[in-house]
Order: sequence, then C-alpha cells, then structure tokens
Amino acid sequence: MFMKRSTRNMLAALIVMIASAGMIWAGGDQENSGTAKSSNGEDDVIVLQMFYPVQVGGPLTKLIEKLASDFHSVNPTIVVEPIYTGNYDDTVVKIQTAIQGNTPPDLFLSLATQRFSLVSSDSIIPLDDLIAMDGGDEYINDFLPGFMEDSFVDGKIWSIPFQRSTQIIYYNKDAFKEAGLDPETPPKNWDELVAYSQKLVKKDAAGNVIRWGVGLAQQSGSAQWQFGGFCLENSKNGENLMSDDGKKVFFNTPENIEALQFQIDLQQKYEVMPKGIVQWTDLPGAFIEGKYGIIYHTTGNLANISKNATFDFGTGFMPGNKRYGAPTGGGNFYITKGISRERQEAAWKFIRFATSPERLAQWNIDTGYVAPRASSFETSIMKNYYGELPQAEVAKEQLKYAKPELTTYDSARIWRIFNDNYQAAIIGDLTAKEALDKAQAEASQVLKRFQ
Amino acid sequence: MAVFSVYSFPKKDQLVKNRALTSQQTKKRKQSWKRDGIACLLLAPSLIFLTMFTLIPIVKSFYLSLMDLQLGMKKPVFIGLDNYTYLFSDPLFWKVMGNTVLFSLLTVIPSMVLGLALALLLNMRHKLTGLFRVSFFSPVVMPMIAVASIWMFIYMPDAGLLDQLLKSFGLPGQIFLQRSDTVLPALSVVYNWKEAGFLMIFFLSGLQNISTEMYEAARIDGARKFTIFWKLTFPLLMPTTIFVSTIALTDSFKLVDHIAMMTEGMPNNSSTTLLYFIYQNGFTYFNQGIASTLTVILLIIMLIAASLQFFTADSRIHYN
Repeated sequence: MFMKRSTRNMLAALIVMIASAGMIWAGGDQENSGTAKSSNGEDDVIVLQMFYPVQVGGPLTKLIEKLASDFHSVNPTIVVEPIYTGNYDDTVVKIQTAIQGNTPPDLFLSLATQRFSLVSSDSIIPLDDLIAMDGGDEYINDFLPGFMEDSFVDGKIWSIPFQRSTQIIYYNKDAFKEAGLDPETPPKNWDELVAYSQKLVKKDAAGNVIRWGVGLAQQSGSAQWQFGGFCLENSKNGENLMSDDGKKVFFNTPENIEALQFQIDLQQKYEVMPKGIVQWTDLPGAFIEGKYGIIYHTTGNLANISKNATFDFGTGFMPGNKRYGAPTGGGNFYITKGISRERQEAAWKFIRFATSPERLAQWNIDTGYVAPRASSFETSIMKNYYGELPQAEVAKEQLKYAKPELTTYDSARIWRIFNDNYQAAIIGDLTAKEALDKAQAEASQVLKRFQ
Repeated sequence: MAVFSVYSFPKKDQLVKNRALTSQQTKKRKQSWKRDGIACLLLAPSLIFLTMFTLIPIVKSFYLSLMDLQLGMKKPVFIGLDNYTYLFSDPLFWKVMGNTVLFSLLTVIPSMVLGLALALLLNMRHKLTGLFRVSFFSPVVMPMIAVASIWMFIYMPDAGLLDQLLKSFGLPGQIFLQRSDTVLPALSVVYNWKEAGFLMIFFLSGLQNISTEMYEAARIDGARKFTIFWKLTFPLLMPTTIFVSTIALTDSFKLVDHIAMMTEGMPNNSSTTLLYFIYQNGFTYFNQGIASTLTVILLIIMLIAASLQFFTADSRIHYN
C-alpha cells in the first residue's frame, strides 16, 4: 500500500462512519415532498397519497389505479397515488402508525367503523365545510341512510361511503333440488334455515359429512359482523349491539344470548355446520366446491362466486326471526388532518369524482360491493347489470333492513373482547350467557373513559 | 472498556530509565492515541445502532410503563405503577403468561432433544450425511410466514393434508387449531419442526470438537454405547448445551410469527403468548402504556432466565 498502516486504518474508520451515517439519513428520509413539477413546468402538480385496503377477491388494485388515472386525465394538476396497505386490519394499523410517525397519507379508505377511533385520536377532519363548498345537501341526501349513518360523530360528517357491503346468503340451487327443496325460495327465517340445512347435509358411505347445511364465519373480525345481523333480527325493538354514539354496548340482552345459543345449536344440536371456528376465508372456496349448501358472506364476493361457481346459485336475505336484519360493512373515504387547505380541496375533488353515481355503479359491478347512492341504481349500467345478474339485486333490497356493524370508541379492542368471548362460547369453554356477560363487563370497563 | 486492554501501556523500565520522554516514546504514545481513536471510530456505527435501537427503546419502555398512553391521548399521563397492578389483577394477563410458559416447555426441551438426536445421527461420515444435514437444516432458512402458511394448510379441517391422511386411514378429522386444549401443542409442532435443524447445527459443531481419542479409549475399556454418550459425550457437550438452551429459550419467547399467521391468539386467547400480546396491545389497540409495561415484564423474565442458566450450569461445564 502506498500509505502507512495507521493512516489507512483511520481512513477505513472514517469511511465506515460516513457510510453508516449515510444509511441512517437515507433510511429516515422517506417523505415525499408532495409536489412535483408538471411536464410544462408551469403549475406545481399536487401529488396526493392515498392508502387503500383490499378485503375481497378480485382485481381491486387495477380498478383503483384506473380510477386514479381517470381522475388525473380530467384534473391534470392533481395526481392521486394509491398505496395498497393490506386488508382492513392491516390498513388500520398502517394508518395509525403513519399518523403517529408524522408521515400520514392525504386521504385513505378505511372501515366505516373506525370513525370514533379516528376522531378521538384527532386524525381526520370533518367534511361539512367541504360539502357546503361543493356538493351540498343534494349530494349527501342521495346516499342511502343505512350507509350514511356510519359517517356521523357528534352531528358532524367525517367520512363519505364508497365501497360498502352487507351480508347476504348464497345458496346452491342444484343442492336444493337434490334435497327436494324449491330452488327459488331461500330460507326466510331461523326455523326454515334449520329445516333446509338439515335436508342439505349430505354424508358419504362411511358417515363423514361431505356437504354441510350452512356456513357462518366465526373468527375474529367476522364473528361480530354476522352476529350484528342476528342481533338485529332478534332484538326486542330492533336495537343494535351498541348505542349510536359509540359509547355503550348491549351484548348480554336475553335476545342476544338466545341468538348466540342458536348459533351454537347449529353446530352442536342440529349438526348442520362443522364444529370449531368456521373461517371466513374458507367459506367462498368451499361453497364453490359444493361443500356447503348455504353460506353467509359479503356481497363483495358476488363477482367471485358468479364467475367460479359451476352450479346454479341464488342469493337471499339473511334469514330473519322477529324481523329481517343485516349489518353493513365496508370502507369510507377519510381526509387526514394536518394537510394544507389546498390539499384538502384536491382530495375532496377526488372523493367527489370517485363517488359520482356512474362511477359507484361501475364499482358495484366490477367488485360486488354495493353502491351507496340511490341515483346509482337509476343508471343504465346498473339496470343492465341487474338484468344479467339478478342475484345482485338482493343486497340492494336488503338495505332497508341494514344497520351499521359494531362500532364504538376503541373499536379494535371492543371487537376483540366480543370475538374472544363469542369464540369461547362456540368451542364450549363458556355458556352463551357467561360469554356475553363477560364480554359486556370487559367492554364496559374499556369504554368507561369515554363516558 | 475492553478496547483499551488490548493496547499495552509503556513498559515500566522505559519510564523509570528516563524521566523525560524521548521522541521515540512520544511517538509511541501518539500512536496509541491514534489506535484508540481508530478503535472508537470503527465501533461508532455499532454503538450508534445499539443505542438507537436497543438502549433508548429499553429506557423509553421503562418510562412509558409508568404512563397511561392510549389511542387518542395527546400526551402520556403519569400513573405510577397502576399499569402493573392492572395487569397483575387481569385474568387475561395470567392466561397469557400461562400460555407462554406452556409453549416454552413444549418447545425448548423437545427441540433441544430433537436437535441433539439429529446431530448424533448425522455426526458420521456417510455418503448421504451431507444430504440429510441440508434437508434437516432447510426448514430453518425458510421464512416463518411461509412455514406458517404451509402448516395452516396441513392443519386445515376437511381439506387439509393431515385430515386427508387421517381420512385415508378411516380416522375422524381434527380441528387442532380451533380447540383451546390442542392449539398450543399443534403450534409447538410447527415450531419444533423449524427450530430443531437450527439447534442441530450447534450440537454438530460441539460434537466435532470432542477428540476421537477419548472415544477410542472408552471403547478399549469396553464401555457400552449408552455409557459413552452419558458419561463422555454429554458432559463434554455441556458448554454447547448451555449455549443452545439459552438460544432455545429466548427464541421460544421471540418467535411469534406463526401465532400471528395461524391463529391470531385464538380461540379465546388460548394461543396468545407474551410477545404476541405485546404486539396486540401496542399495534392493534395502540395502548402504549400497557404494551411498555408488558415489555418491561418480558425483559425482566429474560434476564432472570439468562442469569439462572449461567450461574447454575457453570459448575457443570468441563472445558477441554
């Protein structure tokens, strides 16, 4: 070497220091500047970051990106950059982390049920003045009440419904015929559900079940959704699992205990459903393979099932008891707090664009989610769609009986409390009453600080 | 600092001979400063990372464990030891601790025994030994998420591999992952399958460090195979065994990817272990106070476990 050993060592040490310092600096510098020069260099182009989840099967990523690029061709000064962030649960975590790390997206799609948590953590802005500026009452009143209810906290509007869903039953018409049931009449109430399911159960020569009567998702994240429907179907006066202000829950009413016992009986007493915790993700595939006669699932899977089922299938309302009832689900648009007014208005432009009646109708057709605006159902594309796929109309018809799913402050924790205790009852560790009493006590404890 | 002990201090007689330092000695002093300086610079990157990602978070965890900081709160509120008393009176916390202890029992000893057995089997020169070593080690290099996905399919009721196998023998299907009494054993099978190869490697290198002369001597003395193992191999392997047991114990607390992927703690928190519980509180409920408290508890448990192992086993080590 042409230098002394000590100098070489010193140099090596310095290089290592600079390299590691550079790595730390580069790793931390993730923020976009948020603006970019447009091609003619005249105006600054605003680049908005949007986080979005994908919870159902289908090419949603391509559709979102098409939506963003269509918007850009009409609004050349705004670019929306969609960033895929996993399923709804993952997205909630990513948004919270981004907000706490001070690198939040400008707008995002998240569960409608997250609104209390987002408001209490001061992460979003109310949209009333943006609505007054562009859209007004005419815009808001066009949204179906079952979906719009989910946007209010303390009288202000905090989100706009976009891809909403509700739970329906899918049933195998061929299996119905085989079991001697009328393929055009799905079960309308709990008694018929049990009776039809018992006929649909098919066993092989060894006595193993090769087709179950009914499938109902029971894992964390899905149990509270379907149970919301059962609660609405059985409650005295149509009460939901929680109060409208998100501060109280009503888990252990006698009617809810009855509903939970009914679900346990489906597995243990009538044996029309496999024992254990039935999984949400297994149901559509198993249904398509003919392993279930009836499944409860989201309308969002309609496209997937209609494409892949090799048999005639039908859709129906969730069988009622005292009345029909169904939970709503799905995602709304939120705008993050802390971004400039200019960016808020740009984000609002995109939201208005994405929630135009025709675009919502097209989204409905492409994904199976339900369009949340009444005027979407008057568009010709929607009317043609119902002509081709009449099963899709069921979800829309059921909306008049639909109410929001379990939504409270600290909702992730409350969901977990409900789901854990629900599962304890399903696997038999607790009785239905013990499980719901425990859930009520634990949830009330958590909600105490919000009273 | 250990760094400086590497460098020798100027020899005593050199200093005594001449009070005034010769230019030779000044040069040597300068050189030793230079060497210390270089040493510091070379250590600095590791020190920076260690401080930023280990030391500061530990201090912050202790600090936050004394605070109430939940979703929606702007600033943490000092509540002293309330987080600790809340946890110690929460039946869910004790359930999680019980799960963690049970899971450690189901994984540390079986994976070590399995690893040692595999190492003993593969510690011979045979045409196929290399192939077997690779195949036993390959689960280790697979990402846990991929392993968890495969095993989820194996355990899937009805359509899964295990059920297909059981049905072909006319046995009834199973729902291991959905029953509170079988979920932890089922998860520990997955874990042991993955970890045994890792521990096997350590045991292999330990075995190969034992000189063959001792085995020859034992055989000449007419010792049986089991006696050779118990009185010769096992004691000489003790340093390796201590090391492996520390790794196995810390890993059983550390690796929770399979829980996150396969059961998410279900059914009813029967498969929630301490680290997964920390994740839930920190990143699902965003309750930083409780999550920090649990982290401090985990840290203390790990420290106790590590020190117990080192202090009690010290007497048993025979060094070559």
